[in-house]
Amino acid sequence: MPMVQPKSLKYRKLGTHIAICAFLCLIIFPLLMVIAISFRTGNFSVGDIIPRNPTLDHWRLALGISVENADGSITPPPFPVLTWLWNSIKVAGISAVLIVVLSTTSAYAFARMKFKGKSTILSGMLIFQMFPSVLALVAFYAFFNMIGDFIPWLGLNTHGGLILAYLGGIALHVWTIKGYFETIDPALEESAAIDGATPWQAFRLILLPLSVPILAVVFILAFIGIITEVPMASVLVQDIDKMTLAVGSQQYFYPQNLLWGDFAAAAVLSGFPITIVFLLAQRWLVGGLTAGGVKG
Amino acid sequence: MGVSTTSGLMQGKYAWLKLLLITAIVALNGYAIIMMYASGEYAFALLNLVIVASGVYVFTSKRAYAHRYIYPGMAGMVMFIIFPLLYTVGIAFTNYSGTNLLTLERVERMHLARTYTAQGGTFDFAMLESGEGKYVLQLVQDDKVLVSSPLSPISNSELSARKQTLESSEVKLSHVEQKPELEVAQIRAITQNRQFLNSLVLVTPEGDELVMSGLRKFAAQAPLFTKLDKDRVLQDSGVVIPGGSALRNNQTGELMMPNMETGFYQYIDGNAEFVGNRVTPGFTVNIGWKNFERVVKDDGIKKPFVQIFIWTVIFAGCSVAFTLAIGMVLACVIQWEELKGRAIYRVLLILPYAVPAFISILVFKGLFNQNFGEINALLNAWFGIKPDWFTDPTLAKTMILIVNTWLGYPYMMILCMGLLKSIPEDLYEASAMDGAGPIKNFFNITVPLLMKPLTPLLIASFAFNFNNFVLIQLLTSGGPDIIGATTPAGTTDLLVSYTYRIAFEGSGTQDFGLASAIATMIFLVVGAIALFNLRLTNANKSV
Repeated sequence: MPMVQPKSLKYRKLGTHIAICAFLCLIIFPLLMVIAISFRTGNFSVGDIIPRNPTLDHWRLALGISVENADGSITPPPFPVLTWLWNSIKVAGISAVLIVVLSTTSAYAFARMKFKGKSTILSGMLIFQMFPSVLALVAFYAFFNMIGDFIPWLGLNTHGGLILAYLGGIALHVWTIKGYFETIDPALEESAAIDGATPWQAFRLILLPLSVPILAVVFILAFIGIITEVPMASVLVQDIDKMTLAVGSQQYFYPQNLLWGDFAAAAVLSGFPITIVFLLAQRWLVGGLTAGGVKG
Repeated sequence: MGVSTTSGLMQGKYAWLKLLLITAIVALNGYAIIMMYASGEYAFALLNLVIVASGVYVFTSKRAYAHRYIYPGMAGMVMFIIFPLLYTVGIAFTNYSGTNLLTLERVERMHLARTYTAQGGTFDFAMLESGEGKYVLQLVQDDKVLVSSPLSPISNSELSARKQTLESSEVKLSHVEQKPELEVAQIRAITQNRQFLNSLVLVTPEGDELVMSGLRKFAAQAPLFTKLDKDRVLQDSGVVIPGGSALRNNQTGELMMPNMETGFYQYIDGNAEFVGNRVTPGFTVNIGWKNFERVVKDDGIKKPFVQIFIWTVIFAGCSVAFTLAIGMVLACVIQWEELKGRAIYRVLLILPYAVPAFISILVFKGLFNQNFGEINALLNAWFGIKPDWFTDPTLAKTMILIVNTWLGYPYMMILCMGLLKSIPEDLYEASAMDGAGPIKNFFNITVPLLMKPLTPLLIASFAFNFNNFVLIQLLTSGGPDIIGATTPAGTTDLLVSYTYRIAFEGSGTQDFGLASAIATMIFLVVGAIALFNLRLTNANKSV
């Protein structure tokens, strides 16, 4: 901070507070609006931020409970939101664990071992992960069609296949973990090696326990990345019951049948946990987000 | 040492297990590779071979010990990033599409399986109730009467469950002098068991095969095509048709051959020239650079392609510029130590980044809705306007940029906050001594010092937005449409979403070949950006 402080500092502070608050209102308006809409009666009505006749109908539908209307008719839940949420968590959880395993062992070799083609593979990884998988979806479709002929539970329209498809995206995570490994003193493993430990034992018993924080970061990053992934999931999975949340929630927006209120409740229900996890973990995530780029 | 002796013993114990495992893997995959090769899937056979061979080498050779650690990750990357990339480039040179989906072998098999009703082979059909839910099938032609033994029909649901394994099942018929004295079942019995009846092949004592041809008819079926195994000389011109490729239509006697230019079977005339219409389904053939030529020459593709390319660059550039401008200013404000409540501001400002993008994009889609959206409701109340966010191209593009700035500025803010810490305090002190205000400081010190470390990240962000498929797909799906385009194309489409729609959304005309050709062109652009970025970072690092 400058030692010399102008007299206008007080006004400047006030001005900044007002500006930030105004900006925040603009930014947070859509999010508050969705929460409000989820409590509003009906799917189309336009209303105030605080709904006049608050109702839990949209929330009941989102949670899979049928709603009885005033005229006695019964509205069944339009979509299996909880099934989608569970599918998303299952696919993202399993993929993220596998991604952590794959990238940790790779990162160990890159950080500690010397072998042919190491730097080429490292830069190659960075280049290849920039190619968007959307463009290769035809290939993915053909690939899983083929695998399905040999191993049905890894074919098209299966969660196994979807999980497998996500395992390619490890490049950035390898870089992140490798960067972390390099901050740990190799003397620890060297002394273990002197005591007769194999490289695998040094890795598993010494380095891994020290690296739990970064592994958690990579897990969360991979988890969030997969939960929000749309194109792959929308091509590989077709059944409504097998969809992930990111694909399924588009179903609310068919032009002739916009279920605005129902969507709002489903969005808040499913978006809330992910948002909270992200906010809680953000301090550690920030490092992980920028590491790949900065160290590249 | 205890540890080392046990591990030594373990290695001995594991040796045979490892050998067994490797043998099993090699045997299984060898089988799979041969199967793939046999069915014409050379790319997959090669991929499998490369993965398995390198895996076996890495896990058996002492010299490749370090590679054992990277093998699983690298195998994943080869299978799910590099292979799809190469495969896509390969498809770009074929006519692979919704109409030309299958291999030539499969199409030939499909044609050979086609049948036609042979002359004089139609029988009147009835189901007779023989009690206990069983039926006797009765077929009558003139005064010939054929019956089956009593059958119990398989229900539709069970039938579809068994469809994978169930080929058509054969039922033997036998001659009888008179129609059996059983009650004729109502027509409903036939309609209810239609699927079951369709799966039957009835065999007459003479060996003719009959299948259902109408609700009350069974007919003798003969294959429509026969393959010519030997070379054949055309009588009119003396042209020789090589055996093994031409098919003869048994109904009309015409010959047809696969046209390797168009990817369809076509009938030929006396000079072995293709004359007839294309016979669907088509098969996949190599067509060289034709897909690329279409992008350059065909106006229905070239115009939208150029328009979309320009918009993609503008979109990516503007996205980076707007998010950077907002993010950098906010980062400076948040880092200002005199300001109270910075922690709360920080969390609230990051909120758009914390909410999953697919949810916030869909939220905006609803809020911007022309008739029911809250944004138009507010604009209408305040200014009396209701902009057409989704049908006017300029407004749609504006909306996309607004939404993307909302989504993207927290990332830039986070990046800038990290980098701001590395700017030495005394620079600001010195400039404050000279009487510079915060705005002057921002443009003269902060911006120039941040730009250098930010550049690679900005390029990465440009590349990300260049391919920001999810935003476009969820918000506008590319609309409003470009007029005069022969493929699905919209004014807000980015190159990626344009490619996706060519491949997956054209109803019946899914053109995978063309989509892959455009994808290949995007790969080149992305590859160039990536290489440039890598150079830049390496240069930065060495300075």
